[in-house]
Amino acid sequence: MNKLLKNSALTVAALAIAGMTTAPQAGELNVVSWGGAYTTSQIKAYHEPYTKMTGTKINSIDYSGGLAEMRAQTESGNVTWDVVDVVIADAIVGCDEGMFRPINVDMELAKAPDGTAASKDFLDGTLKSECFVPLIIYSTVFAYRDDAWGGKKPTSIRDVFDTKNFPGKRTLQKSPVNNLEWALLADGVPLAKIYDVLDTDEGKDRAFAKLATIKKDVIWWTVGAVPPQLLADGEAVFGTGYNGRWFSAIAEEKQPFAMLWDGQVLDIDGYVVSAKSKKLDEAMKYLKFSTDTQRLADQAKYISYGPARKSSGPMVSKHAVLGIDMGPHMPTKYADQGFLTNFKWWADNSDEMKERFAAWLLQ
Amino acid sequence: MGMAADTADNGVVLAADGRPLKDSLNRALRKNRMRAVMLVAPLLLFVLFSFLIPIFNMTLRSVDNWHVGTLMPATTAALATWDGKDIPEESVFAALVVDLQAGAKSRQIGKVGTRLNYEKSGMRSMITSSARKSKKLTSGPYKAKVLKMHKKWKDLETWTVIKRNTAPYTVGYYLNALDMKYDKTGEIVMQPENRRIYGKLFWRTFAISLAITMICVVLAYPISFLLATLPLRYSNLLMIFVLLPFWTSLLVRTTAWIAMLQSQGVLNDLFVFFGFVDDQNRLQLIHNLTGTIIAMTHILLPFMVLPLYSVMKTIPPTYMRAALSLGANPFVAFVRVYMPQTLSGIGAGSVLVFILSIGYYITPALVGGTDGTLISNQIAYHMQSSLNWGLAGALGALLLASVLALYFLYNKIVGIDNMKLG
Repeated sequence: MNKLLKNSALTVAALAIAGMTTAPQAGELNVVSWGGAYTTSQIKAYHEPYTKMTGTKINSIDYSGGLAEMRAQTESGNVTWDVVDVVIADAIVGCDEGMFRPINVDMELAKAPDGTAASKDFLDGTLKSECFVPLIIYSTVFAYRDDAWGGKKPTSIRDVFDTKNFPGKRTLQKSPVNNLEWALLADGVPLAKIYDVLDTDEGKDRAFAKLATIKKDVIWWTVGAVPPQLLADGEAVFGTGYNGRWFSAIAEEKQPFAMLWDGQVLDIDGYVVSAKSKKLDEAMKYLKFSTDTQRLADQAKYISYGPARKSSGPMVSKHAVLGIDMGPHMPTKYADQGFLTNFKWWADNSDEMKERFAAWLLQ
Repeated sequence: MGMAADTADNGVVLAADGRPLKDSLNRALRKNRMRAVMLVAPLLLFVLFSFLIPIFNMTLRSVDNWHVGTLMPATTAALATWDGKDIPEESVFAALVVDLQAGAKSRQIGKVGTRLNYEKSGMRSMITSSARKSKKLTSGPYKAKVLKMHKKWKDLETWTVIKRNTAPYTVGYYLNALDMKYDKTGEIVMQPENRRIYGKLFWRTFAISLAITMICVVLAYPISFLLATLPLRYSNLLMIFVLLPFWTSLLVRTTAWIAMLQSQGVLNDLFVFFGFVDDQNRLQLIHNLTGTIIAMTHILLPFMVLPLYSVMKTIPPTYMRAALSLGANPFVAFVRVYMPQTLSGIGAGSVLVFILSIGYYITPALVGGTDGTLISNQIAYHMQSSLNWGLAGALGALLLASVLALYFLYNKIVGIDNMKLG
């Protein structure tokens, strides 16, 4: 009985500490990413060739973003996630809080094939945190049902806010991020001035007021798979979503949607390495391999996100299965119609804006 | 006499082995008690590790305020004598630079930024960017140099906020959870109208839970009655209809309701087909309050049916017959004889359904839209997305306290002993 008691106590303690996760065995690495088509593209382009080359097994783990799990692991001292795919805003916060390892880009990452240093090879403005290695440029962008208004087609973000000429439900993410920017853009603020205006109290009021004009026509989504579904079901006519999701709905599932690139908000996604990873050497080796020019270019064969290296750009070719040219589906091609999200402004203001947004929804 | 051999001189009853009977009885009981404790020990430990400790931990987080005091010790000491009337003196700035440099080196200063940003937007980047720039400062005087690093250092409010948070404990999270805050001068005031959410959400959560509980009573009562009075072969079949959804995954049921209720969904299609509503004006039944109430009522209904059924099963049908034969009409017999006997079942079901719905969050998150989400959705949001665990802890503690208060009230009014779960 005593032994049983001791065993069960140990088991409970072990479960509590380990948080139901298992530590990888020697020769394994835990790599965490967003799941779905995006993770598949990473398995094909990064994990499989890496395992073939080194024999190290990569355990691909899915998560839904955010720093909660990483913070819990760091605080408990039992870090099992070695490499994590995060958005840049989370990378900045996590880096400042000491969760992620700083990376010397030129010393620890691969050069471009022509010998250009890595720090010069990544797209300008993407190396914004010393812990973060950019992988892709993606965008949050509007798409619409092509058959919704006869022959009439929306051409700008203003049309999204024009419920008279373009009636029907819109589905937007339940978050102030991007929506406030779009509201100002539709209200006539030029692209370059958006965050200056948003930084003032009047600008915030103005954005919320403009958003209020379509509030009763909005279905708010929280999960990225929802907007393409709502459009496919005819529940909504406009939707915001990640461009890769729209690409698979349009190109792979042949849905009658079209892209509205105007006002697309570009964002950067990439890898960080846990500061307390137990496999730091292996993790850094994997990081160097997976972020080189060839790997980033290969990933674009499976998903329509733009590679973060300049040298990968010309190597982007055709979709591995569909055989269509991927160039026209890359958000980077339409970069001049949109803008890069201001992570710094959001890092400072998201607590307050999200609270205000939640209060605004309740009104 | 037989008794004499079993009794000692002083009158104590002895057992067969000559020990006092009381002692050996106690020993036997203690052994049994120990065995019982051993049997429940795994459960106790499990509850301790997976329930009590996390609750204690989260409640502790809701007042814990270690960040500034621990990570900026020099500034904390220097600010102790600051009178709060004007921007502090050089000595405080020198201490600040020491802390910023140490924090940048240990890569912990971001935690101070995160903590202070909850109190005042913009302090995160003020702290992290100043820490980065502070590496270059080698000699004083520091005041002018720091003021140049970020314009917010010139703000008196910045210093008021830092000084307030040098204390190891805070009520800041509770203020936030009650839609209050500190104003510029450090007085406690209500949040501006456009930032008040939690109070509204608490009321809505209680109102929706109460509505769902009442709907469940109304729907479950006749079903349970039928289940309890039908012959066994019919009632078993009916029972399966009640239990089948109970055994189905929560996500599946919620998603099924989306397919049923959405404006291009099954129900609306039927309405249009039969001409109840126009094709252009389909009813919005999901992603709002209606959707939350329908889906949650369906999911929680078995928790009302089962206790009601088990109570009704024990009521002999002869009571009703007796009441009728003594001259009561069916209605009076039902209200005065049958219903009072089912009250314990109604109580048990209501407490179950009400407390479950207060903490519900997956279903409202999926079908609630904007006016059908509950306080638990905000708690989940602060746990998973905003990482403001202090605020999540405060909201959770308030929710727990109000549930306990309601439980106490219930016990006072109805009496918890009158609850019957089966």
